[in-house]
Amino acid sequence: MSFDALVEAIIDGVLTGGVYALMAAGLSLIFGVMDIINIAQGAMVILGAYLSYVLSVHLGIDLFLGLLITVPAMFGLGVLLEWGFMRRLREADRTSMSILITYAFAIIIEGVLTLLFGTDYDELNAPYINSSVHILNFYLPDIYLFGFLMAVVLLGGLYVMFFRTKFGRGLRASLQNRTAADLIGVNVNRTRMLAVGIGVGVTGAGGMVYGATTAFNPDSGYDLISRLLAIVILGGMGSIGGAMASAVLLLIAADIVAVAWEPTWSILVFFAAILLVLSFRPQGLFGARAVRAQ
Amino acid sequence: MSEQPGTDPATAPGARPHAQPATRRRVLALLPAVVALAVAALFPLGANSNQGDMSIAVFVLIYMASVSAWNIFSGYSGYLALGHAVFFGSGAYAIALMARDWHVPAGWSTVALLPLCGVVAGLIAIPVGLVALRTRRHTFVVVTIAIFFIFQTLATNLAFTGGTGGIQLPYLSWLVSVYNERFYYIALVLVVLTVALSWAVRRSRFGLQLMAIRDDEDRARGMGVRTLRVKLSAFVLSAIPVGIAGGIYAYFLGSIYPAGSGSAFDPLFDIALALMGFLGGIGTISGPLLGALVLEALQEKLTQTFSTDGLYLIIYGALFLVVILLMPRGIVPTVAGRLRQWREQRSGRTPEPAAGVAGVAR
Repeated sequence: MSFDALVEAIIDGVLTGGVYALMAAGLSLIFGVMDIINIAQGAMVILGAYLSYVLSVHLGIDLFLGLLITVPAMFGLGVLLEWGFMRRLREADRTSMSILITYAFAIIIEGVLTLLFGTDYDELNAPYINSSVHILNFYLPDIYLFGFLMAVVLLGGLYVMFFRTKFGRGLRASLQNRTAADLIGVNVNRTRMLAVGIGVGVTGAGGMVYGATTAFNPDSGYDLISRLLAIVILGGMGSIGGAMASAVLLLIAADIVAVAWEPTWSILVFFAAILLVLSFRPQGLFGARAVRAQ
Repeated sequence: MSEQPGTDPATAPGARPHAQPATRRRVLALLPAVVALAVAALFPLGANSNQGDMSIAVFVLIYMASVSAWNIFSGYSGYLALGHAVFFGSGAYAIALMARDWHVPAGWSTVALLPLCGVVAGLIAIPVGLVALRTRRHTFVVVTIAIFFIFQTLATNLAFTGGTGGIQLPYLSWLVSVYNERFYYIALVLVVLTVALSWAVRRSRFGLQLMAIRDDEDRARGMGVRTLRVKLSAFVLSAIPVGIAGGIYAYFLGSIYPAGSGSAFDPLFDIALALMGFLGGIGTISGPLLGALVLEALQEKLTQTFSTDGLYLIIYGALFLVVILLMPRGIVPTVAGRLRQWREQRSGRTPEPAAGVAGVAR
């Protein structure tokens, strides 16, 4: 493996890592806030991609501009998920029941998309998707650069919201101790509803970039969810920065395996990494919370 | 059937003096099981003309056995395992590889390999369990998913598994008219054995230890339960029937693939077990059977009726949401709770509305 190939694998890994971080951020946020696993995350990414597809193909709206419509729509879906279903679960069996409910969401989303678009693969199109920047020996596709920048901005925004605003403080409080947060005047239900909405909204933005870089069909979500879960677990549940770091690390490792060995084995990196890390740090790389209570 | 843990009157210490009614009650409680088995055994006579329904019935039985086995671990211990397709796939590959490499002739001699599929699955479950059971809660769920994908990747990429093309099993020359029926009875035997195993575990000290872990693992350990050993034993026990079910599945289909829908390593299988278990009522004996019967039959029928245009997914998902919202505990515990409430009301006692249902849950 040449030095150039290695550098290229690293650059690729960083850029695609940004896209994956954007898709995983919502999962991590919902995980941390609600203590639930959103199996529908993959399907929601694909839904975001199809929303962008409809806007750009049928209405001629630019992909990034279209996010002003798709992200609020996805936000609405998240609010519906929390208000209509998650809120009604008992704390005791929320984890297991949430898997069932979000799975039902996933298959309904897949069913609607299949009904509307069929099972053929679609791709997003825009002038910047096939152009690239040439630096030294490397070609950097514009869409990856834009996607990476957007990931950094959005995740930075989430970070600020989480740690620098009153809403974020309430969120973290209700995450640590629901009853105590209630007592000091945090509207826990509203906070959680908004947090899930924001998580799903960001996923919509991730879906647009995913659709612009990869061909997708209604059942592409299942491929994604396992990788996204790996990223979130490795980064530590509820940690946005952890999601970013672990996404970049995993994608670099996967790219190097793909270049040095064989692309078919690169997926193994995700799962081998989880096993390795969790054997030594059950709370993930950046997770602070103990997970030893069953 | 009264099968809630800890509520069986026959085993309660105070039941001794009333041994006579307790025995009668136990025999009565067995009645639905006997009726269900009789119906299952006679089903092919009624449906023999319709091979489509017969093949659905075989799939239903394969799922019934798998969910019952999954329930032995996940239902009793409370650990949500989403990677049992590892054992299903291993069993499927085991029978295909054994038949290919040992040149076993098609027919009953290949069927005789099925117990070995269980052994393979059980052996694989030991290291998998040792790794996964280090973690709890969400992390355990995700670790089992991760291990599943590792196995799927291995099955796709290793040389001896035939890659993405999979493996053909020896051609089975059974006539169409008996093909489905024979597989039906093979699968039915597995279901009966698995349910018996599940029942035996539930009645045993070992089962109590598992349920103690489900209620509070740290306290159970404090009381002297060797938690890792108990959890691992249950994990291995629950893997064995799933491996055999995978073997039946592979031989029934005649060929196996490592990935894709209907393949040996299908992530939807992982989810399906959990869905069926929760729908019927996790931790009960009849719940998983009912869940598998309802969901698998419904899904196959919907797929047949609406083909692949996505409508069946929407119906399936929506029905599923409705059931979860109406019966969050699953069908069997909810119905059992209602029945008990109704009986108590009839006998003149006024039960506390919440306690009647809550007493059933655990």
